[in-house]
Amino acid sequence: MRSLFLSWVIEITKKCISLANPVTKDLISCLNINRSTYMLTVNHITKQYAQHKALDDVSIQIEKGSIFGLLGPNGAGKTSLIRIITQITAPDTGHIEFNSEPLAPKHIGQIGYLPEERGLYKKMKVGDQLLYLAQLKGLEKEEAKRQIRHWFEKMDMRSWWDKKVEDLSKGMQQKVQFVATVIHQPVLLILDEPFSGFDPVNVDTIKREILELNQSGTTIIFSTHRMESVEELCDHIALINKSRKILDGKLDQIKNNYRENKFSVTYFGQQNLPENNLFIVENEKVNQGTTTLTIRIREGITINDVLSFLIPLVPIQGLKEIIPSIHDIFVREVTKQVSSLAL
Amino acid sequence: MNKILLIIQREYLSRVRKKSFLIATILVPLLFIGMYALIFYMALNNTEPVTQVFVVDESGFMANELKNTEQLTFISSNDPVAKIKQNITSSKAEHRSVLLVIPKDVATKQEVELYDTEKKGIGTLNHIEEQLNNILKSKALKEAGVDIQVIDNIKPNIHVNSKELTLEGEKESSVGAAVGISFVLSILIYISLFLYGSQVMRGIIEEKSNRIIEVIISSVKPFQLMMGKIVGIGLVGLTQFILWIILSLGFMVTATTLLTPKAGHVQQTTAFPNQEQVQEVEETAPKTADIIKHIKTLDYKSIITFFLVYFIGGYLTYSALFAIVGSAVDSETETQQFMLPIIMPLLFTYMLSFSVLINNPHGSLAFWLSMIPFTSPIGMLVRIPFGVPAWQLILSITLLILGFLCTTYIAARVYRVGILMYGKKASYKEIIKWFNYKG
Repeated sequence: MRSLFLSWVIEITKKCISLANPVTKDLISCLNINRSTYMLTVNHITKQYAQHKALDDVSIQIEKGSIFGLLGPNGAGKTSLIRIITQITAPDTGHIEFNSEPLAPKHIGQIGYLPEERGLYKKMKVGDQLLYLAQLKGLEKEEAKRQIRHWFEKMDMRSWWDKKVEDLSKGMQQKVQFVATVIHQPVLLILDEPFSGFDPVNVDTIKREILELNQSGTTIIFSTHRMESVEELCDHIALINKSRKILDGKLDQIKNNYRENKFSVTYFGQQNLPENNLFIVENEKVNQGTTTLTIRIREGITINDVLSFLIPLVPIQGLKEIIPSIHDIFVREVTKQVSSLAL
Repeated sequence: MNKILLIIQREYLSRVRKKSFLIATILVPLLFIGMYALIFYMALNNTEPVTQVFVVDESGFMANELKNTEQLTFISSNDPVAKIKQNITSSKAEHRSVLLVIPKDVATKQEVELYDTEKKGIGTLNHIEEQLNNILKSKALKEAGVDIQVIDNIKPNIHVNSKELTLEGEKESSVGAAVGISFVLSILIYISLFLYGSQVMRGIIEEKSNRIIEVIISSVKPFQLMMGKIVGIGLVGLTQFILWIILSLGFMVTATTLLTPKAGHVQQTTAFPNQEQVQEVEETAPKTADIIKHIKTLDYKSIITFFLVYFIGGYLTYSALFAIVGSAVDSETETQQFMLPIIMPLLFTYMLSFSVLINNPHGSLAFWLSMIPFTSPIGMLVRIPFGVPAWQLILSITLLILGFLCTTYIAARVYRVGILMYGKKASYKEIIKWFNYKG
C-alpha cells in the first residue's frame, strides 16, 4: 500500500518538475529510459493479400542494442513483415510498438531500411542523392552534409561526391546504398540481404560497420539466407515460414536445444578403441595417419570422463563438439513444419 | 509538407539543369520564327523557272494581247503545229517549252489546247486561263462600247475592319490574329500536356525499375512522392513557357521591325504589269501590316492568363492519368495500350477546332467541349478570341479544378499499390483492383 502511494507521489512530482523545467524533463526521461528493454515489439500481426495470407499472428520482441536475425524461406512473409515495420504497408490486425510508443510516422526518421531489391537514381550525383535521401529522413541540410563527409572518409569514398551513380560499379553503388541507409543515425536498422552484391572484401567492410553501429547502441534487424553471417552476428533469431513464426529465441539457447552431445575426436594412428559405456561411435573416418570418430556421449557422462578414458589409450590430436549449424536447424524446422502441415 | 517541397525541388532541379532543357528553351522559339520567316520569304519569291510558250493563234486576235510574265514567255509562231510539237518533244533543254493552240472559234467554244511534256504548275495553267479570259472579256466589252480603262480602274478590294464594341468604347479587334494565336497556343497545350505528362510517367517507371522506390517509400508517403513529382515537373513546364514567351516576344519585336519595310519594298520590285502578282503583294502588304498592328493590340494579358490557367488545370488532370499508367506498368513498352484513351479527348477537340469550332464558336458542341475537363484546355482556348461570357469561363475553370481533384484522388489510390507491384500484367482490371485495396 505504502509503496503504491509513494510511487504515485513520485510520478506526480516528476510531472510537475518536467512541466516547469525542460532541462529537468530531459533528466526525467533519462530516468525513464529503462521503462522497456525492447526497441520494437510486434504484436499479433496478420496481413492478408487478395489471394494469399502473408502473415498469420506473428509476434516478436526485439531487445534494444541486439542484432536480431529474421530468417525464413522465400515467400515466408519476411518482406511483408518488414514492410509493415517500415510503415510502407499497414497490418490487418495487430499492432507494433516502437520504443514503447505505438509505431507512428514520426518514427520514420529513427529507422533505417536497406531493402533486398535496392537501387538509386542513376543519373543523380552521389553527393546530391545522399543529401536528398538524408533530408527525406528528416536530417537538416548542414547536418546531412557533415554525415556524408564522415561516411565518405570512413568508407574510402572521398572522390565519389560528384560522380553519377550510373558511373559506379555495382559494388560501389551498394556502398552508397549502405551509407544512405545509416546516414541519419537511426536507432533501429533493418537490413534485408545486406551482403548480396558485395565481394568478400566489401562484405567484411560492411560487417565491420554493422558491428560498430551495434556497439554504439543501434538495434539491428537482419534478414538473410546467408546462415554463416547469422552465426557470426546475431544474438537472437526468429524463423518464419508460411506466414507463421516457427522458432524464436536467443541464438545460444536455440543451438543449445539442438545439442545432441555429439563430438568429433581425432587421434593419431589407427587403433580401434575398446568397448565402453561412455559413448557410442556413430562414424569413423580414417585418414593418413589419423582417425576421426564421431561419437555421441551418453547421458550423465561429461567430456572430461571421455578424455580421461581416451588419454591413456591414444595420442589425441583434437576434440570438438558438433553443434548443428543454423543452416541445419533452419532446414530441420522448415521440413518439420511442412510435414506437420501435410498431415 | 516539408517533404513534398523537398521532392518538388529535386524533380524540378534535376530536369531544369539538363542540357536538353536549355536547348529546347532557345531552339523552339527560333524554330517557330524561322518557320514563319521562311514561309513569308517563299511566298514572296518565285521558284518556278521560265517557260517558253509557243502560241499558234488561229483566231488572229489573241496572241499579241498575251503578256509575258516572270515565268512565261509567249512566242507567236507560224510554224505548223506538228513541227512545233516535234521540236518540243525532241528538245534537250531542262525545262521544255509548251504549245498553246488557240482555235478560230475560241470565243464561242471557250476551249484552247495546251501541249506539254511535263505537267506545269497549277499557277501556270491558271495564269494562262486568266489572261485569255481577260483578253476575251476586253474584246467583248470593247465591241459593246465600254472603255477598258474605266474597267481597269475599278478594283474592289474591301477589307473588313472589325472593331469591338465594349463598354469603354470601340476597340480595334482582329479575329484573324487572335484565332491564329489561339491555334498556336492549342498546339502548345496539346504537345506540352503530353510531353510533361509522359515525363511524370517515365519518372515513376524509372523509380520502379531501378528499385529506388522501396527506399523512398520508407521515408515518405506515396501521395507525397506522387504530388511532389507532378508539381515539380509542372513547374519545369511553366518555367519553359515563361522563358518561351519572353524569348518569343523579343524575337517578334525584332522580326516586325525587320519585316514591315520589306513588304513595301516587294511592291516596288515587281514593276511588271502582272496583274496577279501585283494583286497578291498588294493584298499581303496591308494584311501583314494589319496583322502586325493587330498582334500589338491583342489582349495579351487575358490570352496568356487563360493559357496558363488551362495549361495548369489540364496538366494536373492529365498528369494524374499518366501517374496511374506509370505505376501500373514495369517498363515503357507496356504503356502503349494506355496511351490511346488518354490522347483521344484532346486530339478529338484539336481536330474539331479547325472546322467546327471556328465557324460556330458559340454553338452547343463548342460549349460542351469547353466545359468537359478533359477537353476544355483546348476547347475553351479556341473559343476565347470570339469572346466567352464570364459565367462560362468560371464554370469551365471550376469543372477543370474538380476534374483534376478527382483524377488525383484516383491516381493516389492506384499509385500507392502499383509502385510496389512487379510482374503483374498491366490491365484495366488490375488497376481497378488496386484502387479498391484497403488503405
